[in-house]
This record gives sequence, structure tokens and C-alpha cells, in this order.
Amino acid sequence: MERDENERRIVAGIVENHGRDAHRLLSILREVQRELRHISPRAQQTVAEALGVCVTQVRSVVEFYGFLSAAPLGKFDIRISDSITDHMLGSRDIAAYLCRALAVRPGETRRDGRVSLALTSCTGLCEQGPAGLINGYAIPRLTPERVDRIVELINNDTPLGDWPGEFFAVEENIRLADRLLGNPVRPGTPLERVLAQGREAIFKEIETSQLRGRGGAGFNTAWKWRFCYEGPEEVAVCPPGQPAAQAERYVVCNADEGEPGTFKDRILLQSHADQVFEGMTVCAHLVGAKQGFLYLRGEYLYLYDRLEAVLAARRRGGLLGKNILGQEGFDFDIEIRLGAGAYICGEESALIESLEGKRGVPRNRPPYPVTHGYLGKPTVVNNVETFFAAAAITLHGGEWFASVGTEKSKGTKLLSICGDCSRSGIYEYPFGVTIARILEDCGAANALGVQIGGPSGTLISDKEFDRRLAYEDLATGGSFIVFNRTRDVIEVARNFTQFFAHESCGFCTPCRVGTSLLRNLLDKIAEGHGATGDLAELSRLGRFVRGASHCGLGQTAANPILSTLERYPEIYQARLKTIDFEPGFDLDGALATARRLSGRDDANAHLSQS
Amino acid sequence: MKPSIQIDGKPIPFAEGQTIMEAATAAGVYIPHLCHNPEFEPHGSCKLCTVRVNGRNCSACTFPAADGQEVLNDTAELNELRRTITELLFVEGNHLCPSCEKSGNCQLQAAAYFLGMVDAHFPFFYPARELDGSHPDILLDRDRCIFCELCVRASRDVDGKNVFAIGGRGIDSRLIVNSPSGRLADTPVAATDKAAQVCPVGAILVKRRGFEIPIGERIYDRHTIAEESLEREEPIVESRHD
Repeated sequence: MERDENERRIVAGIVENHGRDAHRLLSILREVQRELRHISPRAQQTVAEALGVCVTQVRSVVEFYGFLSAAPLGKFDIRISDSITDHMLGSRDIAAYLCRALAVRPGETRRDGRVSLALTSCTGLCEQGPAGLINGYAIPRLTPERVDRIVELINNDTPLGDWPGEFFAVEENIRLADRLLGNPVRPGTPLERVLAQGREAIFKEIETSQLRGRGGAGFNTAWKWRFCYEGPEEVAVCPPGQPAAQAERYVVCNADEGEPGTFKDRILLQSHADQVFEGMTVCAHLVGAKQGFLYLRGEYLYLYDRLEAVLAARRRGGLLGKNILGQEGFDFDIEIRLGAGAYICGEESALIESLEGKRGVPRNRPPYPVTHGYLGKPTVVNNVETFFAAAAITLHGGEWFASVGTEKSKGTKLLSICGDCSRSGIYEYPFGVTIARILEDCGAANALGVQIGGPSGTLISDKEFDRRLAYEDLATGGSFIVFNRTRDVIEVARNFTQFFAHESCGFCTPCRVGTSLLRNLLDKIAEGHGATGDLAELSRLGRFVRGASHCGLGQTAANPILSTLERYPEIYQARLKTIDFEPGFDLDGALATARRLSGRDDANAHLSQS
Repeated sequence: MKPSIQIDGKPIPFAEGQTIMEAATAAGVYIPHLCHNPEFEPHGSCKLCTVRVNGRNCSACTFPAADGQEVLNDTAELNELRRTITELLFVEGNHLCPSCEKSGNCQLQAAAYFLGMVDAHFPFFYPARELDGSHPDILLDRDRCIFCELCVRASRDVDGKNVFAIGGRGIDSRLIVNSPSGRLADTPVAATDKAAQVCPVGAILVKRRGFEIPIGERIYDRHTIAEESLEREEPIVESRHD
């Protein structure tokens, strides 16, 4: 009883600290979980009552996000990355070894409550895997030796703060710098230029740069900012007499870098956060926003305190807050909001829903976030790299940026390169660079194929290495995974397909059901139960999910299957049984129990399937 | 000149602010749908109403009509896509048409007939979902839920009770109930509520009404879902935009 009362007090206190603001539900729930190791049904009820919302609203959010749990987690909660790059570095063996050593099964909390372990989607440490999270903090390069030390620390109940710091050291790995990484801006210099030259001149520079959003979709940044500045008709008209720029607007930096194989935003936030915040502040001045958000994926929790420190320094330096750089009425501040393990929140409208304290379900469009975004107000949502580039463009000019690249893809692009290569890390290239050149630079010999743009992108084969990185040819958000000839492309497609089925939000029928059907069908083929008809079905279903789904997740979820089917048909063919139809289960295997019970194992107790 | 769109080459007038679905319904053109009901805010989740607008697939129930739009609706390709969606809805739940009280009045079943679905095509999922029979007057059978959220919208927007919501994620999504116990009996929902009446399938059934109208005389035993929808929904659309 006393424990219940104590728990209630803790939960109520957290809600109070967040000003009883239901939009901050996700932050509240993250804190409750940190304090109590889970969000019990009773705690959910307390949160709901304190916020004055339905308990279903709280429950549905708890159930939606991968890192939130209604059942108690261990005092040490371990999550091992299940991304393909971690697999290639031995993550499954490490996870199995950890489970044995800790006497715990995946998805389980040990009886004594000391430790829990689960697999999770890509943690963004692809070039220093196998990686995991402990109580949310990133822990790269898990080796059996390191695992032994971890098991010892857990069994001795050593608080996480006393663990060796080297366990949590995340490397930078910048391998090749071009004009952006090679010319970092000094804090405040872009903003000084904005104030000296005025809004229109800077808009013009961004326009001249032809910068396109670096998240992958590639929308023209100047246009997006302009649409937000102008706002929808109703904002332009009312309140009457007030200039459009006076209505509320928001600037959101999308740091939900969840695409497996990408980690360049992580490095920008680790080493160049000032420049990212500077870009956001420039944008805020141009569109007339007072409030900004950095939506940071839960996996990057370890960056949170550092980023807060950068924000604090900027406030002290007059680069954030009221009257920025002494300019009367130039007020802007940035708040960091953490995600909680949902890939879909990288989709901009799902991200906004999440910011509003809801499940990350993508909205219907139109209207678009740029006119009806956070709280229904005009909102710019851009990727970390976009703001990073925008700050440099503001300082150095649009021409400086646009003088490299291709006709439709100006400037440079940051790539995170990992997989089968000897020099993984971050590379900056002008658009138009060939895949062959990149492979040479990163030390990838004997490559079978490259996954460009992550699972939602394309797997190209070794016959296509003369293709170019550009919106005209191969578009990318920055993920570049190399596979050599020892890799099995069906296993690659399978890992990606499982990922999408796991991360589908479930809102629309084609994606909710279709991604699971794709996963099951591919499993059937991979496990040797496939027949010719299954390949045709896989392709038909894949095209259906692509064409019928609500948002980008569903529209790209079949890409791994479709692009490998197209390029490596012989690999799929070789995996098939030769008959036209094959059931999805092993008939003879299903009789094993009956054979054991009856004590028979003669020829007549077996059934052949072909 | 009144603004108009073309649906399958036929000019359809529309009023400012109407969606493609509303314009079509007002003009007597049927676009298959399940999660859409003109009495509620459009939702856009089932995707049965997918149409091709200027070469792109869009949900007719949420996409605004705009002058000069070229919309494809009744094409072999789109109807195949819609048939696949009904197949998906059948295999992800446990639908037992022959024994379901809703048979003949069920929109999922009627849409499947309309679209020429003859079998489930895909392997069944056979999910294990919890049935809630706790309420004296209402049965909640999650096996038959298609996640259209009409009960969610009806309870929130019409009844003012917020009884339902969607929990879970992806294929593990499920209908959840707003009470500390999570049971329907502990909510203020009543059989006379809109939320209890609006379910297009047999997931929410009012008890002790079974087979009041014999099979063979039910709505879709006598009319196709296209005829029935247009007859019922046209007046609603018209009154909304008067």
C-alpha cells in the first residue's frame, strides 16, 4: 500500500514538473519509466488523471513506442541492435552469449528483476557494432571480453555511472571532408549575416544554393521555408491587421535517424551541434518562428546532456532566447524532445504527432506540415544535415554551395558508409560521384552489391557500380551499406522486411497486413519451402504494398524484396523447391510428435511432400 | 462555370472544400469504402477508396477535389487493389461469416462480394485476440475488428464518451477500452450510443438482437453495397454542404 502511494507520488510529481501538459506525454512517460522501470497500468491511470486525459490515450502511447513498457524491466535493461550491419558483425552470437551468461531469455526480465534483454531495431552505431543500449545509453563494439565485464558489473550490481567510460565511447570516424565538413562555421557568424543582409537576401542565397532536404525526399528547402513564411491562406488573413509573420510558426529538426545503416546525423550532433542549431535559428528568423524542437531519437539519449549544454552556451552567448544578437523582437528557443523507439516517427507528420504526445501515426495529406504542422500551425520540418548545410550557405552564399554537384542535385552529400569495407565512417562527396569511386575510397573489395539509402532505398548489384549518387540517378538519405560476395542477399532482404513489419504503425491496411504477409512469404522461401508461384506472389504483393500504402514506410517496405528479386533472380530460384506449389510448413516434420508418442520411426511413419 | 473534376472521364461538379468522395457520392458515383462514413471526419485508413488522381494513388475520402482533376475510379487495376485489401482484412482477423450475426448486414462482406473476392487468397493469421463479453448489452469481439475507428470517432465526437481507442502497433494493433480495468462493462457505453451502432462489421454487436431480420432479407441480401451506400450517404453529403 505504501509502495503504491509512493509510486503515485513520483508519477504525480513528474506530471507536475511538465506543467500538466498533455503534449509532453511522451517525455512524461519516459521519465516515469526511468524512475519506476516500467509504466504500470496503475501509473498509466495516475498520469491520465493528472493530465485530465483518457487512460486509453496514455495506454495507446505506452503500447506504441518500442522503448516504453507496461511490464517491469530489469534494473539493467539491455537492448541489442538487430540491424543487418550488426548481424554481419556477430550481434546474434553476442546476444546469445549474453543471454546464457545472464541466464535470461530475449524479451524477458530475469526473475530477480536485475536484468532484462531484448533485440531492437538499428541503434545507429552501424560502423562500430555489434552495438546495444544499456538503460538507453549506447554501448558500441560488443566483444565476448566486453560482455564478460558487463555481466560481472551487472552481477555485482555496479551502478551504470561507475562503469568504465570507455564502454560508452562512441567514435566520430569522419573520413572525408568536402566543403561542409571542411569549413565549419563559427557560432553566430551566419546569424550576423542574416541580420546584416535581411530576410529577403538570405532567402535568395538559400534559393540560389538549390539545397534540397537531406532526409531523403529532397524537397527544395527554400520553397519549404517560403511556404511556411507565407503560411496558409487563413493564417495570412487572420488575425486581421497582423502581418503573416506574426502568427505562430515552428521549426523542427528531425533527428530521428532511424534508417538502418545511417549515422551521419549522429556525428553532426556529436561534433557540429552548434552549426545545426545555428541553421535552425536562421530558419526561424526567415519564417518568423519563436519555438523550435530537436526531435532526437531515443537511441541517441547519450547525446542529450551535451546538446543541452550547447543550447545553454548559445543562450548565454545571445544566440538563442530573447532579442538574439541584440535584435529587438528576434526571439527563438529550442527544446529537445526524445523519441522512444519508433522508426515511423522519422516521417514528418508522424514526428509531429509524437511531439504532440500521441502515437506516431502519419497524418493524411494535404494539408502538409509546412502549413498545418505542430498544433495545426505552419511548421518547417527538416533533417539535421539540411540545417547544418543551411547555416554554411547563409555564411558562404548560395553560389559557393551550388558550384558543385549535378544539375538537379547541387552541393555535397554526407554518407555514412558501413558493412563490408575496411574504412567505414562518414564521407562527404559532391553529388554525381560514382558508386565505384566511393567503394574504392572506403576500401570495399569484392563487393556483391550496395544498399543505397537504407532498406527503403535500393540494393544495386556489382553490374551497376558506374551509377551516380544524385536525385537524377540514385537518391539517398545517406545510408550506404556494402555487402561482399560471402553475404546472402535473401538474408539481407529478410532482415529489412522483418524490420518494416516490426516498424509498421498499423494505421493503414496495406502496410499493416501487407508487411507481415511479405515477411511470412519471404521466410517461407528462405527456409526452403518456396515454389515458383511464391516468387510471383512475392512480387505481386510487393507491388501492391508499394502502391496502396498510406505513407513512405509502406510505399518503400517492399523495396528490399523487389530490388533483390529483380537483380538476383537466380539466387531466389536456387532456393526454391522445383514443384509449382509447396505448403508453408513441413508435413513430415509436423508428424515428429506423433512418431515419438507412438514409438515408430519406420518408412511408413514418414510422409514425403514432393 | 462551376468547378468540376473528371471521374473515369465523366465530369462531376463539386463545391469548394469537398473531398473527391463527397463530390462522387453527391453525383451518384460509388467509390468503395469501409472506414469512411459521411457522418464522421474522414479517416483514410482502410485504403479501399484508393483512386488515381492525376497519375497518383490517393484516398478519395480525404483528398480534396480540385478543378480539372482527372480521377480514375472504376478500373480493373484499382478494383484488383481493393479486392486485395478486402482479402487482407479477412486474413488478419478471424471472420466467420456463416455464423456471424452481422452476415448480410456486414459492409466488409458486402464489399468483398462487390469486388468479386472469391477466397481469402493469403494464409490466415489466426490471431489470438481477447473477446470482451463483460457488458450487459454490448459484445466486443476483437477478432472481427478492421481498425476503421468508426467506434472511436462516434464515441468521441457524437457520444462524448471516448470509450474506444487503438492500442498496440502494426499487426499487433487492437481495439482498447477506456476504463481502469480495460473492460467494456466498466465504461459508460450504452447500447443506444452511436458507437454501439456504427460498427460496419461484427466487432461491436448489441446483444439479444440476433437474427431479428432473417438472413435473406438483410440489407446486402437485397442490394449491392454500391446501391445501399449511395442511397444512404447521398442525403448526408448533401445536407453537410447545403
